Amino acid sequence: MIESIIAPLQYAFMLRGLVAAVLVGVVCATLGTYVVLRGMAFFGDALAHAILPGVAIGYLVGGGSRGTVFWWALLTAILSALGIGAISRSTKIKEDTAIGIVFAGTFALGVALISTVRSYTADLAHFLFGDVLGVRTTDLWLIAIFGGLIIVAVLAFYKEFLVVSFDPILAKTLRLPTRLLDFFLLVLIAVAIVVSLQTVGLALMVAMLVTPAATAYLLTNRLPIMMALAAGIAAASGVIGLYLSFYLGIASGAAIVLTCTAIFALTWVLQSLRHRLLLNQSARKSED
Amino acid sequence: MQLLEEFRKTDHLIRHHHPHEAGAPILRAADLGVRYESGPALEGVSFELEVGERLAVVGPNGAGKSTLFKVIAGVMTPSDGKVHVYGHEPGGHICIAYLPQRSQVDWNFPVSVADVVMMGRVGKLKLFRHPRARDWEIVQHALDVVGMQDLAGRQIRELSGGQQQRMFIARALAQEAELMLMDEPLTGLDLNSQEGIFRILEDLRQRRVTVLVALHDLQMAADRFDRVMLLNVHLVSLGTPGEVFTSHNLLDAYGGHLRLIQTDDGVLALEDSCCGEGEEG
Repeated sequence: MIESIIAPLQYAFMLRGLVAAVLVGVVCATLGTYVVLRGMAFFGDALAHAILPGVAIGYLVGGGSRGTVFWWALLTAILSALGIGAISRSTKIKEDTAIGIVFAGTFALGVALISTVRSYTADLAHFLFGDVLGVRTTDLWLIAIFGGLIIVAVLAFYKEFLVVSFDPILAKTLRLPTRLLDFFLLVLIAVAIVVSLQTVGLALMVAMLVTPAATAYLLTNRLPIMMALAAGIAAASGVIGLYLSFYLGIASGAAIVLTCTAIFALTWVLQSLRHRLLLNQSARKSED
Repeated sequence: MQLLEEFRKTDHLIRHHHPHEAGAPILRAADLGVRYESGPALEGVSFELEVGERLAVVGPNGAGKSTLFKVIAGVMTPSDGKVHVYGHEPGGHICIAYLPQRSQVDWNFPVSVADVVMMGRVGKLKLFRHPRARDWEIVQHALDVVGMQDLAGRQIRELSGGQQQRMFIARALAQEAELMLMDEPLTGLDLNSQEGIFRILEDLRQRRVTVLVALHDLQMAADRFDRVMLLNVHLVSLGTPGEVFTSHNLLDAYGGHLRLIQTDDGVLALEDSCCGEGEEG
């Protein structure tokens, strides 16, 4: 047992992958509590897909260099976040329709750009589904710095984000800059997506934002605890997922996401059973 | 550009709020109008309120009660006219509280009663500052005033309708609001809970808090308020219930949706359109 836990750690790529998965899990899950509470899952998914053209340009310009891809992805993510935010406010088209249009269009553009390179399928797969075992030390630094900035921002603006999420009208009567805060949250989500690009990839990204936070939501009634639990669940999923990936030979991003999903499913079933049990008990009590 | 604009005018970061002009009425609306794409929501509404007044705002569904409150709170810009609170536009004041309809709130949000009341303090807290002991004292005191001192740690989903409403009043107190706009606070509450709210309204009057209450129960407005406003896009009438609830005014505001019966005591109005959100309080 212990042997099989330690064995993979002798590989440096596995160690780096574990650090990356834990960092990304903590960052996405913390921010993800707001995505869950504000019902922004579709927005997160769309944003993740919308940065593909940026990834593609970075890939073409940098000749495959990871660093170039990161910065281009970051630029596109922030622009897309602001763009989607603006479109969804200013037209008579409903928000989810507007998001759908932008998301599919930009995603197609990304695929088109990447497909100009002959060997594109393998690289496209990495962008879409992640390649956590290919993480290098410089990537780790980028993840740590930008992930750290996100956590600092979430903590520093805790009371403002809380008010604007729970009661936007109150936020306005307290004269908080509500639009600015909303946009800032979108930008943070965009940065989180770029940070997770290598671990789970664009296509599965939304799971990191939503699934651990939703699991934590089932377990607690307090926002700070929800954030901590979500971070813990995501970090654990990252580690468990990577080991599964190592031993079962399945894609790492998928393994991490599947672990998150399994933890959610288990929590949901246990919670439902507990509720039914409590209901039965109170029903029996009232019969007495 | 709009964002920059907002950044520039944001009071939260620069932190200067309008001073209160001496002698100015707490609220003055002049020829207020709001137009939506679907048509006018408010037209030519003008009135004044004195400090400490308690006014019921009644009118049929779609009369513009919520719109009026949002304009007064400074969260919505009117298409025409102006609102002045203590002599300045409401957008610079943090002494105005809007208490939402209970149906507008996500009661599953993972916060406790004390968390929600503390949100009222956020306007007074500087950026990057966490609440201090004094803020928690203010929150506790606000909960005392509404009789919820023992429920501070309760998850908001577990509250009764009356408690939910009282929690929002406590939040407005923590905000140190001088003008409270309550949107249908009595809808769906049982009689006991409604009495509880009226006791708190009495208390607010002692504290010289000016309160506007949107209602759709005409009887309650007539029995419990010194002054009422009858609104249906236009301001139909404003004054004592006796002055306002004449058959002429009621027909003007409600049209065919109200049946008027002459009795010995005056006019009896029966509301035809049902609008209750039948939630138990």
